[in-house]
Amino acid sequence: MKHYILSKRHLYKYSKILKRGFSSHCNKEWQSVVGLEVHAQLNTESKLFSGAENTFGGLVNNCVSLFDAAIPGTLPVLNRKCVELGVLTALALSCKVNEVSTFDRKHYFYADLPAGYQITQQRTPLANDGIINFQVYTPGVHKKPYNKSSKIKQIQLEQDSGKSLHDAELKRSLVDLNRAGAPLIELVFEPDLEDGEEAAALVKELVLIVQRLGACTGRMEEGALRVDANVSMHQAGEPLSTRTEIKNIGSVRGVAGAIRHEIERQRSILEDGGRIVNETRSWDATAKITIPMRDKEVVQDYRFMPEPNLPPLRVNLRTKEDSQDVISVPLIKDKMPELPEESRTKLIKHYELRPETAVQLVNEPVLLDFFQTITLVKARNPTKVANLLLNDLLTVLNKRKLDATCCPLTVNQLEDLVDLLLDKKISLDVCRKTIDELLEGTDSSAMDIIKQKGWLLVTDEAEIVNSCIKVIENNPKLVKQYKDGKTKVFKALLGILSKTTDNKLDMSIASEKLEELLKK
Amino acid sequence: MNKLTSYSIKEIHKSFRDKLLTPTSFIDLCIQRAKQTKELNAFIILTDEIAENHAIESEKRIYIEKKSLPLDGIAIAIKDNFCTKNINTTCASNMLKNFVPTYNATVYSRLLSSGACLIGKSNLDEFAMGSGTVDSIFGPTRNPWCSSEDWRISGGSSGGSAVAVATGACVAGIGSDTGGSTRNPAALCGVVGLKPTYGLVSRYGLIPLVNSMDVPGILARSIDDLTMIFNSVAGPDILDSTTLKKKFKPVKIEDNIDLSEIKIGIPSEYYCEGMSEEVLDVWRYVTDLLEKEKCQVRSVSLPHTSVSIAVYSILNQCEVASNMARYDGLEYGLRAAEDYSTEELYASTRSEGFNNVVRSRIFAGNYFLLARNYEKYFLKALKLRRLIADDFNQVFKGENSVDLLLTPTTLSEAPLYKDFTSTHNRDQCALQDYCTQPANMAGIPAISIPIRLSKNNMPLSIQLMGPFLSEQLLLNIAKKIESLVDFPSLKM
Repeated sequence: MKHYILSKRHLYKYSKILKRGFSSHCNKEWQSVVGLEVHAQLNTESKLFSGAENTFGGLVNNCVSLFDAAIPGTLPVLNRKCVELGVLTALALSCKVNEVSTFDRKHYFYADLPAGYQITQQRTPLANDGIINFQVYTPGVHKKPYNKSSKIKQIQLEQDSGKSLHDAELKRSLVDLNRAGAPLIELVFEPDLEDGEEAAALVKELVLIVQRLGACTGRMEEGALRVDANVSMHQAGEPLSTRTEIKNIGSVRGVAGAIRHEIERQRSILEDGGRIVNETRSWDATAKITIPMRDKEVVQDYRFMPEPNLPPLRVNLRTKEDSQDVISVPLIKDKMPELPEESRTKLIKHYELRPETAVQLVNEPVLLDFFQTITLVKARNPTKVANLLLNDLLTVLNKRKLDATCCPLTVNQLEDLVDLLLDKKISLDVCRKTIDELLEGTDSSAMDIIKQKGWLLVTDEAEIVNSCIKVIENNPKLVKQYKDGKTKVFKALLGILSKTTDNKLDMSIASEKLEELLKK
Repeated sequence: MNKLTSYSIKEIHKSFRDKLLTPTSFIDLCIQRAKQTKELNAFIILTDEIAENHAIESEKRIYIEKKSLPLDGIAIAIKDNFCTKNINTTCASNMLKNFVPTYNATVYSRLLSSGACLIGKSNLDEFAMGSGTVDSIFGPTRNPWCSSEDWRISGGSSGGSAVAVATGACVAGIGSDTGGSTRNPAALCGVVGLKPTYGLVSRYGLIPLVNSMDVPGILARSIDDLTMIFNSVAGPDILDSTTLKKKFKPVKIEDNIDLSEIKIGIPSEYYCEGMSEEVLDVWRYVTDLLEKEKCQVRSVSLPHTSVSIAVYSILNQCEVASNMARYDGLEYGLRAAEDYSTEELYASTRSEGFNNVVRSRIFAGNYFLLARNYEKYFLKALKLRRLIADDFNQVFKGENSVDLLLTPTTLSEAPLYKDFTSTHNRDQCALQDYCTQPANMAGIPAISIPIRLSKNNMPLSIQLMGPFLSEQLLLNIAKKIESLVDFPSLKM
C-alpha cells in the first residue's frame, strides 16, 4: 500500500480518471429521460373567468375585461364551456375526472400578470391518471412506426398570462393583456419518454386529438399549444441526475430538436465528469441550441393558496343529468368524436394501408379527409389513393412550402386525377405536373389542363405498335442481342421507347406489344 | 333639524307624501348635516351633486310617475372600499388615492335601483385593516357621542358610515365586515349594525380584505330601516360565485312575536379578560330582560373561542398578502417615480402606497404561505376554523340547541383616541375583534344592538348571533330588544 500514498490532489485526479475509465469500460451509457408539460389554449368564445373575447391577434389591449386587468373588487366567474372542453380532453386521454376539483392561486410578480397570481388547479386538478398512446415515426429517422405511451399525471384548468414586449432601445416595457385570463389546460406527463423524436410524436398526437375534439386549434405557431420539456439523464439502475427544463417550445420539430440538443449537451457535460445545473432554458430555433433563461437554483416559492372566490368545481360523474352549475360527464362522453388512434386502426384494417402510411395520413387531417371522400368510390384503390396524397400531393405542397391545411385543391379535382391515374390515362409524372398547375389556383379541371398540355397517355394499340416498330427498326443491334437470347436488353429497349415518345405511352400496354413484336 | 338623528325611513316617506319634506329638501338637510359635522371626519368625499341628482329622480318617481321605489329619497353613505362608477374609491390608502372605478359594486347598484341617494363615501382604516378608523390617510374619524378635547374613536373599520348614520348625515350606511368591522363601530356609535350570512349579499365591487370572510354590512338607526336596506341588497348575484344560489326571501318584521318559544344561549367563553364591568352589566341586563319576556335562556359552550382570534389573524394575513399582490402600480393606482427596473418600481410603489399595518400583514401572510410553512400555519388555521364553525353548529343544531346567542359586541365603550393609538394595531384588533370575528369564521349572521349609555355617556351594545340564514329570526328578536331598551338617539 505504501507505494500508493498520493497527495490529496493527485488522489482526486486519479479517482477522476478511474471514474471515467470505469464508465467507458463498463459501457454504462447515460440514458436520457424526458417528461413534458403542455399548455393548450381552449378554443372558447370568452376567457376562463371573464366575458372578454378569447381571440388571437386582436387589437392590443382590446379584449380585456375589468377582471383580466385585476381591477380591485372584481371577481372570477368560471366559464362553463372551458370545463366542458377540459373534461372532454381528459376523457379522450383516459383520465379519471375528479368529481370535485378546486382552484388555487399561484403567486409571482410579473408585469403581464396583473393580479400578482395565476388561478390554477394545483392541489386538486380537474382530472388525473391518464395515458396517451401514439406512434413514433419520423420518415428518415425511423424505418417503421413503433408504439409508445406516456402517462398523464394531471390535467388542470388555468389562466394564461398577458404578453410583455421589451423595447431595449427606448428602455421601456409594454404589456398586452389580450391573452391575460385566456383559458388553458395544462397537461402534466410523467417522465417516461426517451428522446426528442418520441416527445415530438407525443405532441403531434396531442395536437391531433385536441383538434379532433375542437378543444384547441393546436396552432403551435400562434402559441395555442406550448410545450415545456424536462430533460434528465441517468445510468442504468442509478437515480436520475439533476434535470433542466426547456420552456415554451413552439413547434413539433422544435420539440424534437430542442430535446435532442439538450440531451447531447447534458451527455457531454456528464461524460466529462461535470455537473448539470437545475435551470430553465429556452430553445433558440434559429441557432438550434438551448440557452439558459433564468437562474433556477434559487427556487421560486409560489405561495399557493386556495382561491377563495371560487367554490369547488363539481361535476356529475354518474348520470346524464345536466344543470347550470353541475355538468354531466357521461353526456360529454357521448359527444366524443373518433380519435386518431382509432382512425389509424381503421385505415390499416379496412383499407389495408401500411402502418406508416396510416400514421402519415392521420397526421395530415386535410389529406385524411380527402382520402376518406375519394375512397367512397370502391373502385379506387386505397393504397394508390394514399400514395398519391402522401407522395405526390404532399411533395408538391412541401416544395412550395405550403401547409396541407392551406391546400387549395378541391376534392373533385383530386378525384379526377385519381381516376385518370388509375385508368392509366396519365402517368405519375403528368399527375405531379398537373397538381403543380392546379396549385396556381386555376378554375380549370384537371382534365382541361391535361388536354390543353397534351399530357394524355396514348392507349391506342395501333399507335403504340407503330412506336414499337420504330424503336425496333432504329435499334437493330439491341434487337439482335435480344433475339440471341440476351433478354436483359428488353429493359433498355423499353427505356428508349418511353423516351422517344415523351413518356406519353401507357407503358404496360407498350411493354406487352414490344415483347410480342420482338418474339415474332 | 334635530329630528335627523331619529328619522326612520317610514317617517321620511310619510313626510314626502305629506309634502312636509321632498327628497331634494331632505337630501339637502343631510348634506348640511354632513358639512356641519365635518370635524368628525366621517366622509372621505361628499357626493352632493350626485345625491341631488338621485333625489331629483326620486322626486319625479314619487310626485309625477307616482311609482315610488322602496328607498326613494333615502340618503346613504357607502364605505370607501366599495367601487362606485366615476367616483373615487380610495380604501383610505395612498395606493388608491386617485383610483376612479368604471363600474359599480353590486350593493351600490342595487341601492340605486331601489331609489337610494348616495351622499358620500365614508372613512375607514386603510384597506379596512383596523378596528378604530384611525389608520386612514385622511385622518381618524371621531366618535360623535363626546365633544371634549379628549375625544374617542368611532370604532372600525367602518367608522365613517357609523358616524354618518348616528349624526343624521344619512339614514343608513354600508360597511364591510370581515372580523367585526360593521358591528364594532355600530356598537361604539350607538347604531344597529348587521353582518349578514356569508354569501347572502354580493361582494362584487367590494375591494377585498379577506374574501372568505368579507360580507357587506349594514348600519342604521333602527332595525326597521336596517331590514329595508338589507332586503334591497341581499340575494344571488351572478357576478359573485360565492353568493348563495337560492332565491332570497325578504325578512319581514312581525308586530308581535312570542318569545317563550325562543331559546337564547349565553356562551361562557365570551366572558373574557379585559371586558369592562359596564359591558358585563349590559350583557346581564339584556339577559334578564329576555328572561322576563319568557325567553328560555341557558349557558352554552363554544370551546374553541379562545383560539379563534389567532386563527383569524393567520387567515387574514394570508389572504391579505395574496389580495394585495395586484397593487404593482402598472394598471391603476399609485405608481412610484422609481422605474429603474420593474422590480424596483414594484418595491417603491408598494412601500409608498401602503401603510405599516398593510405592509406588515403582507409580510406575515407571505411567510405563512411559504411552501415550508403552509401546513404548519395555513392548513392548521383552516382546520381550527372548521372546529370553530362546528362549535356553532353544535350549539345551534345539536342536543340542547339554542336559536340565538347573546354576547357583548365589544369589550368596552369607545376608547379614547390617545389610549387606543398607544397600542399596536395588531394587539388592538386582537382585543377589539374578540367577540365579533368568530361569526366571520363560521359565516353566520350577527347583529350589534345599542342598549344604553355608559357613565361617560357612551353607547354600550350587545351582539346577537344566529345560525346560517337565520336573518328572519335574528332581526325580529333584535327588533324586540330594541323596543324594550329604547336607546336614546344622539342629541346634536
